[in-house]
Amino acid sequence: MATINIPTILRPLTQQQKCIKLDAKNVAELIDNMDKQYPGIKERIMKGEQVHRFMNIYINDEDIRFSDNIYTQLNENDVITILPAVAGGTI
Amino acid sequence: MLNILQMHLDRMWQQAIKDHPIETCGIIAGKLGSNEASRFIPMKNIAQSTSFFEFDPKEQLQVWREMEVNDEEPIVIFHSHTHSEAYPSPADCSLAMEPNAHYVIISTQDKDLPDADHAIRSFRIMNGEIVEERIARVASYQTSVA
Repeated sequence: MATINIPTILRPLTQQQKCIKLDAKNVAELIDNMDKQYPGIKERIMKGEQVHRFMNIYINDEDIRFSDNIYTQLNENDVITILPAVAGGTI
Repeated sequence: MLNILQMHLDRMWQQAIKDHPIETCGIIAGKLGSNEASRFIPMKNIAQSTSFFEFDPKEQLQVWREMEVNDEEPIVIFHSHTHSEAYPSPADCSLAMEPNAHYVIISTQDKDLPDADHAIRSFRIMNGEIVEERIARVASYQTSVA
């Protein structure tokens, strides 16, 4: 079962849980399963079939963008961290 | 209101001047729920832009993990505007993802004018709504000096 670290901004959707545990074979399925349990969370993470540009997802220490993105396979005991980018500016 | 150490305001200003015309960025972490910014952490602006900033994702992950271990949170998230006033842009608002943080903006557009280092303002940003707050400069968190 994978452990998912939830960022502060999404905790209102997870009853303030910082950390949840779910089974899934890859990140896409994980996000779908999260959304079944915590409706609305998927649209905060994904835009269509892609992760939002300013939402980063790590499996252990690896950014999924450098693996198979949402199709990256998950292993038992993986720790998934969802971390919104800190960004902004004048444009 | 943001209570902040004078030395941290000085460090933010110095870092913004050093990085000008590139936007600077960083955080000041503090104990969870304390609202006291104590650990100053300059961050790399991976965008290296005069009009945009983005924390280096790898560095951010490392810093956020350290905060988790230390029971800390980002009390202040700061960045500079190098060609505009110290006020949140639409991008600043839409990308503000830390609802508990004080968003501090430093304008270096008039950096050579007297009192330019007063161009530091603080905001709360939640669901796209901007609320400016007063900055109280303190020498320590026990004694207010301003």
